[in-house]
Amino acid sequence: MSRPEDILPPDLFYNDSEARKYTTSSRIQRIQNDMTHRALSLLDLHSPSFILDVGCGSGLSGEILSNSEEEGTPGGPHVWIGFDISSSMLGVALEKEVEGDLFLADAGQGVPFRPGTFDAAISISAIQWLCNAETSEDSPLGRLSRFFGGLYASLRRGGRAVCQFYPKNDEQKKMVSQAAIKAGFGAGLLEDDEGTKNAKTYLVLTVGGGDLDGDITGVVRGMDGVDVMARPGVARGAKRGQELKGSKGWILKKKEQMERKGKVVKANSKYTGRKRRVQF
Amino acid sequence: MKLITLNFVTCALKSCKSSPASFPLHPRDATLEVIETDLNLAFLKNILPRLEWNELCVITAELGLPPLPSSPPTREDLVVKPEGEVAEGAEAEEEASQTAKDLHRVLLETTVKEGKLVCGNCGHEYKVMEGVPNFLLPGHLV
Repeated sequence: MSRPEDILPPDLFYNDSEARKYTTSSRIQRIQNDMTHRALSLLDLHSPSFILDVGCGSGLSGEILSNSEEEGTPGGPHVWIGFDISSSMLGVALEKEVEGDLFLADAGQGVPFRPGTFDAAISISAIQWLCNAETSEDSPLGRLSRFFGGLYASLRRGGRAVCQFYPKNDEQKKMVSQAAIKAGFGAGLLEDDEGTKNAKTYLVLTVGGGDLDGDITGVVRGMDGVDVMARPGVARGAKRGQELKGSKGWILKKKEQMERKGKVVKANSKYTGRKRRVQF
Repeated sequence: MKLITLNFVTCALKSCKSSPASFPLHPRDATLEVIETDLNLAFLKNILPRLEWNELCVITAELGLPPLPSSPPTREDLVVKPEGEVAEGAEAEEEASQTAKDLHRVLLETTVKEGKLVCGNCGHEYKVMEGVPNFLLPGHLV
């Protein structure tokens, strides 16, 4: 499938006709609905909260946030602020008279709110757009770090953010989650229908100081059908990139260091770092 | 945009991040509109400690709205005290007081429809059109 990010920047791609197509398509509406409900269940809100919707578009997810508890929104009705870079999308949202406040803003330029403003943040199918930079002055990493830095500051302690996005490849997935971790978030990736065409990736972010028990996997504790997979290598004691002390690699590294210092070092051979077996 | 948003939004410029004058943004030539919504008491209680009351007073004064009380209301002020004895164990439905209704009117029903927001530090103007402020920055200011 073609990726709209590769065609045009978001403010130009979502023009009037594209925005209308997006909003009137019942298929897209259904998918967005499902994803918003999934994100809300990950946010685990119990009372009416102040929520930021990043890339709110025409307010498809916002409408769900404004619904009351009886209409199926946990903790609702929430008050939300949405921002989007496409004025056509916001135009459709205005026509629909959504209840949240709308901003015309680029998430890659930061999040202009006071520290500790929001209880939670939600973003549906938006942050993959941040992985593209349209000018030479800008870079994907810069945009991601400004976004996550601003988001981290504007969430209250113990707040959560759930960003559903469509990563192009594993590299992009890693880039996005690394940028979030760098900003200070506790981050985890949840994947629905992994490996299929319908795969949905949710980046679950927590701001420290919450009632979270343990690490990020505490977010999905008690949820049905979720397997926790630890990242290989994290559980082991040794840090990445560091040789185990006494191993062949470690000895070779030390020898090299000493050689650089100008010390006399025995030449390396195939016996270097091998155990001296007991003599019989 | 609602006045509650104005109580949280700051100047988007990087150079203004460290300056206290970048909050609040001052509305200029603003056209106001009242859009009625349902009162959400639980939300008001939730958001109350996060409001910057002094800045809210400044903004309402600039917009020419009736003055607010000089000190912020407490959570207790938002609910009407139940009259008489409440049967023990019975969960009484909390009722919003006049204070809560006034607060709801100011924060969630009063909106800025047209006009601009000006940063107190750098003087950057953000245009508001049809209730949507434009926070897109030109590349050299990011």
